[in-house]
Amino acid sequence: MHRFLQAVLWRDLTLAARRRGDWLIAQFFFVMVASLFPLGVGPEPQMLARIGPGVLWVAATLASLLSLSRLFADDHRDGSLEHMLLSSGPTVLLVLGKSLAHWLIYGIPLLVIAPVLGLQFNLPTDAIVTLEISLLLGTPILSLLGGVGAALTLGLRGGGILLTLLILPLYVPALIFGAGAVDGVMAGTGAEAHLSLLGAFLVLSFMIAPWIAAAALRVSLE
Amino acid sequence: MNLYTYASPAHFYHLAGRLIPWFSWGAGILALWGLYISFFLAPTDFQQSEAYRIIFIHVPAAWMSMFIYLVMAFWGAIGLAFNTRLSFMMARALAPTGAMFTFVALWTGALWGKPMWGAWWVWDARLTSELILLFLYVGIIALWAAIDDIRRGDRAGSLLTLIGVINVPIIYFSVKWWNTLHQGASVSLTKAPSMAAIMLQGMLVMAFAAWFYTIAVVLVRVRRIILERERQTEWVKAILQKET
Repeated sequence: MHRFLQAVLWRDLTLAARRRGDWLIAQFFFVMVASLFPLGVGPEPQMLARIGPGVLWVAATLASLLSLSRLFADDHRDGSLEHMLLSSGPTVLLVLGKSLAHWLIYGIPLLVIAPVLGLQFNLPTDAIVTLEISLLLGTPILSLLGGVGAALTLGLRGGGILLTLLILPLYVPALIFGAGAVDGVMAGTGAEAHLSLLGAFLVLSFMIAPWIAAAALRVSLE
Repeated sequence: MNLYTYASPAHFYHLAGRLIPWFSWGAGILALWGLYISFFLAPTDFQQSEAYRIIFIHVPAAWMSMFIYLVMAFWGAIGLAFNTRLSFMMARALAPTGAMFTFVALWTGALWGKPMWGAWWVWDARLTSELILLFLYVGIIALWAAIDDIRRGDRAGSLLTLIGVINVPIIYFSVKWWNTLHQGASVSLTKAPSMAAIMLQGMLVMAFAAWFYTIAVVLVRVRRIILERERQTEWVKAILQKET
């Protein structure tokens, strides 16, 4: 069981390392979306600091969605996904391994880029630290819930846009708690409450999302 | 009589056909009665004057929007667990009506909000979560529309409904806390603490009218779905031949 999860994870990481173009696109998308906001609303530092946490969080959810439509699609196209489902390993672990790989490939780099963007948005240091913690807790939620959407829309016409439509409403709590934590630090009310709720939502997603995604994957491939 | 008989689309088709007139007439009569109460019997509110009367549409629509989602999830879960065809048909038949009531609740809420709060829209917890409920309905309907294979579509839509049901309370509370933590809500939806009995009566009658309407419409829709899906069977061919 443990070995199966490891194998799925390692395979996806290797594939990502060999196709660095896809990986870079998602990261640049994150930077570009975040950079468009100052151009749209104006460069006043106070206002940028006010909207910064929300903008960075929204950009992170969109960047995560952009890459999610490919979570199962590439393996589905060349037939390897069906072989993985036929193998003795449990589908839940397959989904979990792929979601985890998605988080490592697309979530962790967001954590590296976010502080730089935070400086662009004139966020104070303690707010940037909180932003990092909230993204660390929040981006796995995006990958786990996104796995459900990717499994449901596998192989459909216009699957990418449909995935966005299905999954964005489910991201709302993560967005609220994540951006709220940073806002809380800047407003002086502290971030603990938000971060605890975000952590609770992560645990809940971790417990439920892989099972529903596994069921959805079987439905999509039967 | 065994109730499970009606899990068969062929039997349910005829049962639904017999029930539709009752629920349609019931909906019509209850709506007329409810509207009479709300426009002629219910007194003018001393704070909100005449504009409050929109709650007679708004509150039943909001109730139905949430309740229909739960019923949809219930049928989806039954279908996934017991593999019954009719459950998925019911879930599909419910979705458009649920989305319609969600939209009506939002729309009437906006119409009420303009004279009361001076704004068409405020980011209040209830409004926001109702809006997200509309997004969920739209997502489910879009997923069904995108999948041509009936069996796959049924299951995929039901799984999405179920994960939505787990998420709806979380969304509601997150939005609620979000709203209170951001510089307090400038408006409160809590109405006058006590409501005149006649107003409550009007609202309940309207709620029953919405119920009966929903049942009637869903039965009509589910009959269409049954005919479409069972078109290869002999009994459907017999019905179609009789009608043409």
